[in-house]
Amino acid sequence: MSAASIPSMRSGRATPRDAVPRLEPEAFRQWVTDAPSAHKRVAALFGAPAEGERVELFAVLASDEEGLLHAASTVLVGDTFSSMTPDCPQVHLFEREIAETWGVVPEGHPWFKPVRFVRSGRPGRDAWNRTEAPVVGVMDFYRVEGDEVHEVAVGPVHAGVIEPGHFRFQCHGENVFHLEISLGYQHRGVERALLSGPTKRTIPYMETLAGDTTIGHTLAYCQVVEALGSARVPARAHALRGIALELERLANHVGNLGALAGDVGFLPTASFCGRLRGDFLNLTAMICGNRFGRALVRPGGANFDIDRERCTLMQERLRAALHDVKTSVELLWNSASVGARFEGTGTVSREVAEALGLVGVAARACGLERDVRHDHPSGIFRLAHIPVSVWHTGDVFARAYVRWLEIQRSCAFIEEQLRALPQGAVRGPSGPSDALGPNRLCVSLVEGWRGEICHVALTDDAGKFSTYKVIDPSFHNWTGLAMALREQQISDFPLCNKSFDLSYCGHDL
Amino acid sequence: MLKLLVARFQQGHRTAGYPDEPPSLPDRFRGGPALDSSKCPLGCRECIGACPTDALRSDGDGLALDMGRCLFCTECLQACPHGAIALTQEYRLATRKREDLVVRERVEPHSNVLDEKLRKLFGRSLKLRQVSAGGCNGCESDVNVLGTIVFDIGRFGIQMVASPRHADGLLITGPVTENMKLALKKTYDAVPAPKIVIAVGACAISGGPYVDHPEVHNGADAVVPVDLYVPGCPPHPFTILDGLLGLLGRLESHPSWAERFRETAQRVEAENLAEQLRWGVPRAEEAAKYLGGGIEGSAAKPEEREKAGRPETGA
Repeated sequence: MSAASIPSMRSGRATPRDAVPRLEPEAFRQWVTDAPSAHKRVAALFGAPAEGERVELFAVLASDEEGLLHAASTVLVGDTFSSMTPDCPQVHLFEREIAETWGVVPEGHPWFKPVRFVRSGRPGRDAWNRTEAPVVGVMDFYRVEGDEVHEVAVGPVHAGVIEPGHFRFQCHGENVFHLEISLGYQHRGVERALLSGPTKRTIPYMETLAGDTTIGHTLAYCQVVEALGSARVPARAHALRGIALELERLANHVGNLGALAGDVGFLPTASFCGRLRGDFLNLTAMICGNRFGRALVRPGGANFDIDRERCTLMQERLRAALHDVKTSVELLWNSASVGARFEGTGTVSREVAEALGLVGVAARACGLERDVRHDHPSGIFRLAHIPVSVWHTGDVFARAYVRWLEIQRSCAFIEEQLRALPQGAVRGPSGPSDALGPNRLCVSLVEGWRGEICHVALTDDAGKFSTYKVIDPSFHNWTGLAMALREQQISDFPLCNKSFDLSYCGHDL
Repeated sequence: MLKLLVARFQQGHRTAGYPDEPPSLPDRFRGGPALDSSKCPLGCRECIGACPTDALRSDGDGLALDMGRCLFCTECLQACPHGAIALTQEYRLATRKREDLVVRERVEPHSNVLDEKLRKLFGRSLKLRQVSAGGCNGCESDVNVLGTIVFDIGRFGIQMVASPRHADGLLITGPVTENMKLALKKTYDAVPAPKIVIAVGACAISGGPYVDHPEVHNGADAVVPVDLYVPGCPPHPFTILDGLLGLLGRLESHPSWAERFRETAQRVEAENLAEQLRWGVPRAEEAAKYLGGGIEGSAAKPEEREKAGRPETGA
């Protein structure tokens, strides 16, 4: 089959696996590497076991302008394939992940290193020919040589209350030539455990993939099983899920602006926003009792409903919180000392953002209009449109300012939803059937607060997950942070890091 | 500058009155469990089968729920057709012994004070290093908020410090991944003795949803000795704060505490009616019954609560 005839699909819809074309390796390579010039993005690229102990690669390309997705696969011949990274940099980490998981080598990969330091899923085959179990953080780090060059290594245990990761800077005085980020410390084996599911533990896995994105990941999963299990979700549940998703965004964005203020020593906003973040978390807790939205989103709908009185109370608290956020955040934009630290720091150009396939706030701060809620809407976002918030400077200021724009728009969206919640139940008369459709492929996209969350499920003959791939927005964006640090002062690392605000466990899974 | 002052004025005073005043918890907060095995028909295992982390078990003495494994989700509540399980508003869940996390009837707050020598040493100044060892950033976030103006742990002399060498102990979150095991051990070794370890969240206590994964070590005590367990997924910040203050003996010394909490107990129990939203009227009535003979009953018998020696907020 040629690449020209690859059928399109939509987010949150199941496709028979037969309908996903299997290309020859060379055609597959061409199709993927042509993606950027065809105005497509690589949303997912992963391996799955195929007949005869071989590995089948699947790619999902997103055509944002059309709101369409395209999936195709190829079966690898032998244990190597020709790396696509030199022609299409946005697949660089996907190829490293495939190599690590399946023990196949992408030949010609320019940055061929482990991702999570785990054993290969195919015993006896290791892409680096290691015989011992891999040790986390042990790899060939990029090094700049020279008399006046020095290296700074930070982590895995950091100074703050934060997840672990290892960062290595090549510095010339204060100036950073290059930052290499080595993760994997948080690897819990989620994707492996999801196989043969769903089980009773699947939902807790989703809720803790990245615990600060409970709603985002659980929603992406629910869309998968609802599509595979042919469930109808009531309108009221769609609205509640939308509200929860935006509350999650609000809490994290507000907390982030406070933390950015803290990183430049601007304490008023730091302390105000620290408290206000909790106000948004508490709004989520008003719905479901848990500040992170645990147990709220469930396949087929939502677990909790809110009555009129609670609706009104939530509206009042939301308005009060937004008012306080406004006074607190506007201090940032009116303080010259903050502007001096935010503007021109950690700049990522639009070209780099596009080449790396950045998503979410990091992409929108470079002027890329990428937002799943707009491009691939599902649930309530098919009916209620939130404008895409964009800024063009690509620096810390842009990432902060995009957050501020999104805070205002999310609040307006929640207000609107709370004012006119659809009537009816929050769970349909029948949830998704226990037996999911066999031999299907389903791609589900959700715009989490960090960016595009992509879940891809493949089911086997019995309707169980034979592959479940999770792509947290952080997976795309960590390299963006490394690029932002080039030619910056090393002392600006905390600020740049916070401005991306990426997930470690979402990356490590 | 003027704008700053205006903003500061508008933001007002935001620090919670706790522990002088009761904590403000969401009315749908899912806290410590209340079990009634007498409701369980012979051979019924609905809740046990539904629990994602196998926190529930049934033996000769009836149902038992291990809060160290419990995610405080709603699966068992929804699976039980007999109303034998309820989650109360009790937020004081921390214990010093792992086995004390197993609840058979109703969760009871434990006295968690350090022994006299350590309490004297740390009681007025405790510096902790936080280590996330596979945590999902849920527990980390709710530990982080203790530093905000709402909880302001600084006022109790507690501080999160940047280096283990400056610390009196570790606060560990996450199931302890294989890839963090060595780093955790090294961090522990770098803390000067005497030192304490606090495990926060289901993952750090038992592995949580990741229990028995080959990639994790089922919690902090596989690597280091633990002095305080704070259950939850994630625990509410007030649960963590209560655990820390209890450990330092800062709650017992509070004279007005018991008195004030009784009022909240009554208020919160009345608000338990809101449970109807969640579980329907029969479930809410069941839940209220576990909370001390129904809503009216609990309000009418304050002296019994006094006798129990502990203030009651659990509703």
